Amino acid sequence: MRAIVNVLFRKLVAFICFPSVLAFAVSGPEEFLVTKSEPGTPGGKLVIAERSEPKTLNPITALDGPSRNVIRRMIADLISINRSTQRSEPALAKSWTISADKRVYTLKLRRGIKFSDGHAFDADDVVFSFQVYLDEKVHSVQRDLLVIGGKPIGVTKLDQYTVRFDLSKPYAAAERIFDSVAMLPRHLLEAPYKEEKLASSWGLDVAPGQIAGLGPFRLKEYVAGQRIVVERNPYYWKTDSKGTKLPYLEQIMYLFVPSEDAQVLRFEAGETDILNRISAENFAVLQKNQQMRGFKLFDLGPGLEYNFLLFNLNDDTTGRLPETARHQAWFREQKFRQAVSTAIDRNAIVKLVYQGRAVPIILQVTPGNKLWLNEVLPKPEYSLAKAKALLQSAGFRWKSDGRLVDAAGQPVEFSILASASNAQRKQMATLIQADLKPLGITVQVVPMEFRAQLDRVLQTHDYDAAIMALGSGDVDPTAEMNVWLSSGATHLWHLGERQAATDWEAEIDRLMQMQESETDPRKRKLEYDQVQQIVASQLPIICVVSPNILVGAKAKLANFQPGILDHYTLWNADELFWQPSR
Amino acid sequence: MSLSRTFVVPLAVLLLLHFVVVLAGFIAPYDPATQFRDHPFAPPTRIHFFDSRGGFHLRPLVYLWKSNGEFAKYEADTTRTAPLRFFLSGDTYSVLGVFHSSLHLFGVDEPAHVFILGSDGYGRDQFSRFLFGGQISLFSGLLAAGLSLGLGLLLGSAAGYHGGLLDALLMRTTEAFAALPWLYLLLALRAFLPLHMSPAQTFLLLIAVIGMLGWGRAARLVRGIVLSAKERNYVVAARGFGATEWYLLRRHVLPQTRGVILTQAAILIPQYILAEITLSFLGLGVAEPVASWGNMLSALQQYSVLTSYWWMILPGLLLVTVLLRYYILAQSLELRVESSPY
Repeated sequence: MRAIVNVLFRKLVAFICFPSVLAFAVSGPEEFLVTKSEPGTPGGKLVIAERSEPKTLNPITALDGPSRNVIRRMIADLISINRSTQRSEPALAKSWTISADKRVYTLKLRRGIKFSDGHAFDADDVVFSFQVYLDEKVHSVQRDLLVIGGKPIGVTKLDQYTVRFDLSKPYAAAERIFDSVAMLPRHLLEAPYKEEKLASSWGLDVAPGQIAGLGPFRLKEYVAGQRIVVERNPYYWKTDSKGTKLPYLEQIMYLFVPSEDAQVLRFEAGETDILNRISAENFAVLQKNQQMRGFKLFDLGPGLEYNFLLFNLNDDTTGRLPETARHQAWFREQKFRQAVSTAIDRNAIVKLVYQGRAVPIILQVTPGNKLWLNEVLPKPEYSLAKAKALLQSAGFRWKSDGRLVDAAGQPVEFSILASASNAQRKQMATLIQADLKPLGITVQVVPMEFRAQLDRVLQTHDYDAAIMALGSGDVDPTAEMNVWLSSGATHLWHLGERQAATDWEAEIDRLMQMQESETDPRKRKLEYDQVQQIVASQLPIICVVSPNILVGAKAKLANFQPGILDHYTLWNADELFWQPSR
Repeated sequence: MSLSRTFVVPLAVLLLLHFVVVLAGFIAPYDPATQFRDHPFAPPTRIHFFDSRGGFHLRPLVYLWKSNGEFAKYEADTTRTAPLRFFLSGDTYSVLGVFHSSLHLFGVDEPAHVFILGSDGYGRDQFSRFLFGGQISLFSGLLAAGLSLGLGLLLGSAAGYHGGLLDALLMRTTEAFAALPWLYLLLALRAFLPLHMSPAQTFLLLIAVIGMLGWGRAARLVRGIVLSAKERNYVVAARGFGATEWYLLRRHVLPQTRGVILTQAAILIPQYILAEITLSFLGLGVAEPVASWGNMLSALQQYSVLTSYWWMILPGLLLVTVLLRYYILAQSLELRVESSPY
């Protein structure tokens, strides 16, 4: 039996015995987590812009970014991923043990912890939370994550502070699945759950007293169309090394500012304190006077987001799209995809679209993911001659006017969809269009409203190619399962495959499933390396660049440790504090 | 005198502009889609008659840019110059799709570049794009106005001359058209159109859409004039002498609408140029890499471009002067019509 016990976080805090002595007698000592960060001074508020209003405050149903960003500050999970080190850390679970067959996880909970409304937290809340997430009728966002090998994980209460999790098969990244899975207050949600009203509870109209979590902040007020404010949770379960209770900040205010340009203007004017992510152009604009205005900008290097050119490889079984089906004969040709990839000048995209603040990639694993990148694979190559040779060997020819035609004599033309509201992707499409022109390929760039584009990619499959981006929430390959399994929900290039359409997709399926239950980290790495090798040679999607994560904050904000995992800037909101001015 | 001056001057300027735009391929030093990827957001190239040591050159010269590695930061390299050359051979182009040539009015030899209005984010020459963009923007305005006025004349005179049910029907239709929230309609329309549309198809569609939406006003004005003209004594007299309907329309009624049509044209053309620009600005016009004034201005939607690269605004300023000429022309036309003997 191998036990992972995190010694660093186990020291107990010398608690201050004042009026709560009686409470201690009942619940025992409070096992607070002591952070390693720099001790700070409490007080002050933080203002941050969010691109839209949250749709809900319900962690079970929230799907959109703004909702999740706000909710994440009000909830806590059992085991967390540190956004800075990218490793898992104890949170509400103070320690855990794993059985020899890697299928049973036993988590020890912190004692004496309370929800933000003062109600005690124990194993019953954990069991209740997982019961809710795994209930098919609830349609929780988290359910897919908690179903391993086709079976939901089993959750059993051993005693008031011990919970056992049974997995149907060994699962490599098991402790990472607990990250961001909110522990819910049974005393508040059990009644709506029994009445099957859970999905509609905790909407934006919820009264602050009716919502409680274990996060550093709790709801204070919501003003429709303007702001949502969360205030310090006095019952939060972390202290710093000096014994000061976290969080330091009194409030976080989220303002709703729809466009990035407007957010940048607000930040420049000093109205907001943090920019969670900005484009390279705006970074350059802000850089000019960062010292004078008292803020700092951070280029964290490439994140986990990969931008790619997607070819439509879906089967058109209905015969509705004869034009697309004709084009797909080219897209299905591996050499055609390789030729397109070789003809794309990725360095030009990095320079012109991202002003150098991005890296060229050929794989879904970005250089930001140092733990998992297959370093042996060659860097993306740019060569028109090689692209032409590839096309020629695949039976394509050139007419006298320089146009490329396929073996049947049809000119090679296709369109690329790009989100109309995303300047970078439009620019990328325009550059790719110019890159493919010397090959004799005519490309039309079609800017389209993002939802219309998604509808075509996900539903109607009425498109040739599209510029899109995906970003994992985690560095671990398991987070990418839904993209790379041929049955995955985000297997964008060929959705709804019943079985793998090609041998190499079948091989990716096999390797991805193997790594999922492999517990030897070295073997997992080898398996994922193989996946990367197949992707780099087959190019089901043509990865182009991974942009750097660019953030900014007021210089006086201390303990600011932005990471390349989402949420980049506020993941350690409990530790942030304002340096007192001298 | 002053009337004719306010009439002739803008007309001459506009004719010259259209002529220049038709000859865009010859006057522009580069192809509008050529990307000089080492020169994104290059400021306008300065053309020197005096070199850095004060020596005079009859043939002006440009300095080469040297970049210090930072994005879009350039310095003139005074040690490397290139003379401005005239009538040199460059990218091939066609004039009106008929004449093909590769002769350009001016340019410089690589590795130097001449960007009179600077370059955009792809390193494309803004001046060349402005001229080629004018082909799309100016002519879509002209053609769409032609379509609108043609329809207006036809339907307006039919309504005015025939009256009755036809008149009521047509006039209610114009009202319906005027009440349409056309911008939203166009946004919806784009979603239903096929993805594969060549720039030429998009251009024609653009003209059709803009032209079709604006015929109502012209039709109402024409109808009003026809309505009053057909009751004039000399028309009634001509009818009494046995003139055919067609003869009456052609000889007596329609000539009266000439002033209104001309004035409407001078008002509608700049309006439609603006409409094309609005549509392209919103991504509904001709697609990249084809240049149009709207496409050029849409780069200004980004805050960073607006604050960092002032020359990106130049096409907008040029556009203002073009539109102004049209409005001055419209005004003087109106004055002429009012003071005309009809």
